[in-house]
Amino acid sequence: MLPRSKWKRPEVGEPASPVTTVALVGNPNAGKSALFNALTGARQKIANYPGVTVERKAGRMLLPGGEAVTLLDLPGAYSLFAASPDEEVTSKAIFGEFEGDEAPQVLVVVVDAANLEQHLVFAQEVIALGRPTVMALNMLDLAERDGLVIDPHALSEALGVPVVPTIAVRRKGLVELGAAIAEVAGHEEHHRPATSLAERRVTAQAIAQGAIISETARHRLHSRLDRLFLHPWLGPLILFAALFVVFQAVFSGAEPFVAVLEDLVARLIGLVRDLLPAGLVRDLLTDGVLAGVGAVIVFLPQIVILFFFILAMEASGYMARAAFLMDRLMSRVGLSGRSFIPLLSSFACAVPGIMATRSISDPKDRLTTILIAPLMTCSARLPVYTMIIAAFIPNRNVGLGMGLQGLVLLGLYAFGIVGAMLAALLLRRTVTKGVASGFIMELPKYQLPRASDLLLGLAQRVLIFLRRAGTIILTVTVVLWLLLNFPRAGEGQDQVDASIAGYTANGLAVVLKPIGFNRDIALALIPAMAAREVAVSSLATTYAVSAASEDAQAQALGTQLKSHWSLATALAFLAWFVFAPQCMSTIAVTRRETNGWKWPALMLGYLFGLAYLAAGLTYWTAVWLGLG
Amino acid sequence: MTLDRVPVGHSARIVAVDWSRLVEEEAQRLQALGVDVGSTVEVAHRGVFGGSDPIALGIGRMTVALRKVHAAAIEVEAA
Repeated sequence: MLPRSKWKRPEVGEPASPVTTVALVGNPNAGKSALFNALTGARQKIANYPGVTVERKAGRMLLPGGEAVTLLDLPGAYSLFAASPDEEVTSKAIFGEFEGDEAPQVLVVVVDAANLEQHLVFAQEVIALGRPTVMALNMLDLAERDGLVIDPHALSEALGVPVVPTIAVRRKGLVELGAAIAEVAGHEEHHRPATSLAERRVTAQAIAQGAIISETARHRLHSRLDRLFLHPWLGPLILFAALFVVFQAVFSGAEPFVAVLEDLVARLIGLVRDLLPAGLVRDLLTDGVLAGVGAVIVFLPQIVILFFFILAMEASGYMARAAFLMDRLMSRVGLSGRSFIPLLSSFACAVPGIMATRSISDPKDRLTTILIAPLMTCSARLPVYTMIIAAFIPNRNVGLGMGLQGLVLLGLYAFGIVGAMLAALLLRRTVTKGVASGFIMELPKYQLPRASDLLLGLAQRVLIFLRRAGTIILTVTVVLWLLLNFPRAGEGQDQVDASIAGYTANGLAVVLKPIGFNRDIALALIPAMAAREVAVSSLATTYAVSAASEDAQAQALGTQLKSHWSLATALAFLAWFVFAPQCMSTIAVTRRETNGWKWPALMLGYLFGLAYLAAGLTYWTAVWLGLG
Repeated sequence: MTLDRVPVGHSARIVAVDWSRLVEEEAQRLQALGVDVGSTVEVAHRGVFGGSDPIALGIGRMTVALRKVHAAAIEVEAA
């Protein structure tokens, strides 16, 4: 919730508004989020509901009279009688059952104008509560595109609530909606008789038919697109082409931006070196803070590009088609097409991916998806992969416009996917055994995503990433730098060997030695428990500290790695990171989603086991091939 | 005839549903989506990777995906 101090209170003399909280309610795919964005702009706050991890989106909306109210965007639901965690949140929020939250005084039922007979079923259930209610007849433009002409007055008369036509994406009807909210705010509650689902459906059909003035039988764009995207062989082809374009864009499209950021970080380090006198403080700033955080920040462009595509696929309605196409394949390992979306999001980051699993209604299905989500190559692994690949894999063309470096990266992605599928198969037969999961989902209408909605979503994710870089990663790198620098080394002694961190790592290195990991890697793995990308900054810090001269310090991390590691070690390090669950946030979100330590503990155990095995096998094979 | 046997492009009216063959949440979700006795549905698309599973149904102005096992519990007649 927004802090109350930020609220604009009504001026003295103005009539005090009795309404403080308004909630948007409606079916999934009614365009609620777009309407929410249009009504609140960027003034929104995303948090979690207490106890559950369903996103709570609250924003500040101004009514025409100038009063500010809190607007809640409740999860899409088909009924107040919950069949999923999302729906449970919606009905609890409506009744004000969350601690610290009041029940909204006004409900705005959002319906898709082109899907009235369906959306009016739930709308009736909400209206029957008898609360002051307004209906937003949303996405009127898409209805018109389908050849539908709707009479809002007829709808309003039949339902007994004000109906406001809105086109959220074009900001139409927003003022009118605000006025209607203010108008009904004072109305008294009057409950209406409860009806059965069958009754509501019949009524919905009758009301929809009465409100539709004309309906031209026009070939709908959306069924034509489905014919293309769900085509028996064109469909999968388009899907894989799309995925190829996404990953191509992530890796080549980001390059120029990465170069700029790298340059910027290097300049900053240079600037600090010039400005500050030599000493521990300067070293802490350059080797600790700037080298550490800088090494991670440069991956921002890739994360932005990946999230852009995922958000665009989601907003356009294509993601549901991808789930439809993938369902059969996913069912082979005991999952459903619904798992495809969380798993695809996990390529950006497992945290939103795991949070997205709450749309999976089957609990065993959901648990399996959560457990394998960390195997999808998340963006935090990219810094690690790119660093090692750039240092050890020659930049050679292997034909078909594919470089050897790109091929290795692709292989790592494939390795993760295959590992995930095998793990799912195994889990479904053991710890998450249960009836075969189903796949029931609505395929939403296609829509051109609105640029400002995409930008808002991107900005929110970038902020999360930067906050991570700014807090966890900064703290971890600084602590590591301190542990690396104290106690100070004596004459002729290596600083890293003398330090507390080096001492600890020497112990861990004994366990990791069989799989080809040296002391420096052991040292990097400890802080990388917080987040994988920390491994890069840790290695950067370690080699910066141990570098004897300024010259060696200035050497790129890649050159340093090459002089300290064998190719076999580098490959084993890559294999380790395909599996290792080195991410505090993932463990934390798993604990929250599964309500206990049992599943995160299982996740840690099985993934570390696999990581050790994979790294070991890679190392031993590589040594046997003479790459040691 | 059950719904899973209706060829792509054909419409059918649901005459009976054996709800006992479905998990409770799934039954509830199908009903909420309008897959229930009396509705007319069109088999719009079928999955591609073998077994023509899942099935995309056109219901009114909505498209709903479900699996063959669900469709097999739904008795239909030609519409």
